[in-house]
Amino acid sequence: MYTFSNRLKIASFILMAVGLIGIAVGFISAPSTVEEAKAIVASHDTHGDSHATESHSAVDAHNEHATVDAHDDGHGSSHDEHLLHQLQNKPWAALYVAAFFFMMIALGVLAFYAIQRAAQAGWSPLLFRVMEGITSYLVPGGIIVFVILVLSVMHMNHLFVWMDADVVAHDHLLQGKKGYLNPIFFLIRAAIFLAGWILYREYSRKLSLKQDESNDDSNFKLNFRISAGFLVFYLISESIMSWDWIMSVDPHWFSTLFGWYVFASMFVSGITVIALVTIYLKSKGYLEDVNDSHIHDLAKFMFGISVFWTYLWFSQFMLIWYSDIPEEVTYYVTRIQDFRLPFFGMIVMNFLFPVLLLMNSDYKRVNWFVVMAGVVILAGHYLDIFNMIMPSTVGNQWFIGIPEIGAVLFFAGLFIFWVFRALSKAPLQPKRNPFIEESRHFHY
Amino acid sequence: MASKVIHAYYNDDEVLMHAVKKVKAAKHHIEEVFCPFPVHGLDKAMGLEPTRLAITAFLYGCVGISVATLMMNFIMIEDWPQDIGGKPSFSYIENMPAFVPIMFELTVFFAAHLMVITFYLRSRLWPFKKAENPDVRTTDDLFLMEIEIHENESELRDLLAESGAVEINISEKNSH
Repeated sequence: MYTFSNRLKIASFILMAVGLIGIAVGFISAPSTVEEAKAIVASHDTHGDSHATESHSAVDAHNEHATVDAHDDGHGSSHDEHLLHQLQNKPWAALYVAAFFFMMIALGVLAFYAIQRAAQAGWSPLLFRVMEGITSYLVPGGIIVFVILVLSVMHMNHLFVWMDADVVAHDHLLQGKKGYLNPIFFLIRAAIFLAGWILYREYSRKLSLKQDESNDDSNFKLNFRISAGFLVFYLISESIMSWDWIMSVDPHWFSTLFGWYVFASMFVSGITVIALVTIYLKSKGYLEDVNDSHIHDLAKFMFGISVFWTYLWFSQFMLIWYSDIPEEVTYYVTRIQDFRLPFFGMIVMNFLFPVLLLMNSDYKRVNWFVVMAGVVILAGHYLDIFNMIMPSTVGNQWFIGIPEIGAVLFFAGLFIFWVFRALSKAPLQPKRNPFIEESRHFHY
Repeated sequence: MASKVIHAYYNDDEVLMHAVKKVKAAKHHIEEVFCPFPVHGLDKAMGLEPTRLAITAFLYGCVGISVATLMMNFIMIEDWPQDIGGKPSFSYIENMPAFVPIMFELTVFFAAHLMVITFYLRSRLWPFKKAENPDVRTTDDLFLMEIEIHENESELRDLLAESGAVEINISEKNSH
């Protein structure tokens, strides 16, 4: 039985408190009028940022034209309006990226867990309780994401441009997508997906605990069947979720393998977190039967799915880059122009780093090596979600500053608190899992 | 120089593993073990060095990606930088996404094939090579342990008989 150590609990509260302050600072410093927005951009100019100066002179050029031409005046003010919306979006987007990132970790672990059950894997039952602990975050994390989506529908922010009736009225493309992208249907879909995931999570956890007390394997068999069923539901819902929650911040753009791409990102982050939590618990002496071979297997998954993620990232990028169709390629043009460092930096972090570090069989058994690779992978996949959301919500006004870091700290604290609280509620080793003996003696 | 070797036959891999550990514990040098299939953990019990084939494969992969990069950089960028369908051929990095499939394939090609050839060379396998197994039954259902004799024939014979050998032969062996 695991007891939630006080130090970790206090650390998670501190993370939440500091994060909350960061989030509050982000919302307070967001401009509420066009003048304030211009003042923020202008104050950045005085810091000698050459790029910002350029954009500032562009604004000036607009204003000069404005005195001459009434049409340009309209354009100039719409530019300022746009800037205001981008700056107002900043704290919201920071919150949304972090909320989604941590929810996606729990969801990725849930998918991994269901796969392990459906595949009747012999090595992993020892880690089932760790996975169940991590997936417990799906309930608060999913609800927070849902609340942010509801607030977006209520026009508290401008994250999803298609939710603005004015914009849709002037946008022929968005009118064509109205049948799918309308606020009510959007929320209904989100509710169904979250309900489905949480239902499976809670039911599977219940069966898993009941199996420990029962005299036969009926709970285990039922869990096997519902896991297989869940995977079908998950595959469909995850794909649609990625269109809804991520791709629709950029409603003019579409990509067919986007669902898979988001899946790969959440899957590898989830596996990494399983490895990190397992190593932590083992270092505290709670998982005695977990040996180097279990860590080795998790590290192999981290390695393999990192490559899988890169494969999907590259397939999406290269196909669009190669054909260079204007309506598709703008997605990457904005990212390469305004997000050069995070965009290419994440490929180094998500691909080159884990591939070179985790290729060696011996390194995969060295805990601190796996932890180091895991931290870089997690940071890389945060950047991945950052790169998906930010370009179309805040554009070239992005920065990883107080609101972004604050949101990450807050959700990290909440995640740690919730996960380790759930871990302390049940024994860390399943008793009557039919594969538990095999898992205990697992050796690679 | 011809030397005498002792051949101990076993009909079970578990028994063989025990025998190997016993012979190692008695500090005898095992020349060779012949098995009809891979016995898990036998290399560890015999104390064999781990293979370095994976390291060679990594290096061959590095060769492969270098060949691909140098080749395409010369052909597509330096030698004749044509405009083919508007692809930017001013520098390698600008057109790199188009080259990645080839870079990947050549990396895998070099790593895989050169490693297999290395394996053949190191384990001396080639067509028309004369088979080396001392007894045809070792490819079917018998395991054979070969130990060189240094005036300790009866001692060895006792040890091996005790370890569960079903048959023990002494034969002359020409050292290669």
